[in-house]
Amino acid sequence: MKNDFRARNHPAWWAFAVHRLSGVLLALFLPVHFWSLGQALQGAAALDSVLQWTALPIVKFGETGIVLLLAAHMTGGIRLLMIELLPWRDWQKTLLALAAGVSIAIGLVFALNVF
Amino acid sequence: MRVRQQVWLWLAQRVSAAVLAVCIVVHLVTMIYAVRGGLSAAEILARTQGNYAWFAFYTVFVLAVSIHAPIGLRTVLAETLGWRGVVVNMLTLALGITSALAGMRAVLGVFS
Repeated sequence: MKNDFRARNHPAWWAFAVHRLSGVLLALFLPVHFWSLGQALQGAAALDSVLQWTALPIVKFGETGIVLLLAAHMTGGIRLLMIELLPWRDWQKTLLALAAGVSIAIGLVFALNVF
Repeated sequence: MRVRQQVWLWLAQRVSAAVLAVCIVVHLVTMIYAVRGGLSAAEILARTQGNYAWFAFYTVFVLAVSIHAPIGLRTVLAETLGWRGVVVNMLTLALGITSALAGMRAVLGVFS
């Protein structure tokens, strides 16, 4: 059976794609995150030399993106857990919109505070 | 990989996900609070140094993500790229161990 665009042009497929992509990108970010915080072992000055980058608008923009990815992966993951572990109810269809809405809201709140 | 092991990986992925959901909510709130007025080592270390509650929280967080991320990557490698087998299993296991070590190094860095 051909798996053409019609199988993918569905909100649930997009939820799958966002969950997968955000998961891979977050996994790639993790070593950078651990390395930069690990600089604290060399003292506060070493940690500050990494943290000074976070004052740059481009880095703040990137951080907002990572927060959005984290929020999207979390809300999408909670949706998956609820679908897999709870008995099916019709309201679970609205979890997609809820996951998208909540993650965008978290991204916006972070952006408003970081800039 | 045998079915029994696959089931354990599935379960570990779900249990770690549930733990991470709680950790990430705390992490998001902390971050949104911490970035106000910019990040500084002094501000971060004032919160974390010698604080056993944050140390315990970040230890659980690091261990949960070190279980969750490699299992997820293993699934993506298998389903998206078709990479399966012992080499991929060992590679993702090594990633998990490295992540746990690097993560705990960071946790000790901000605690000590």
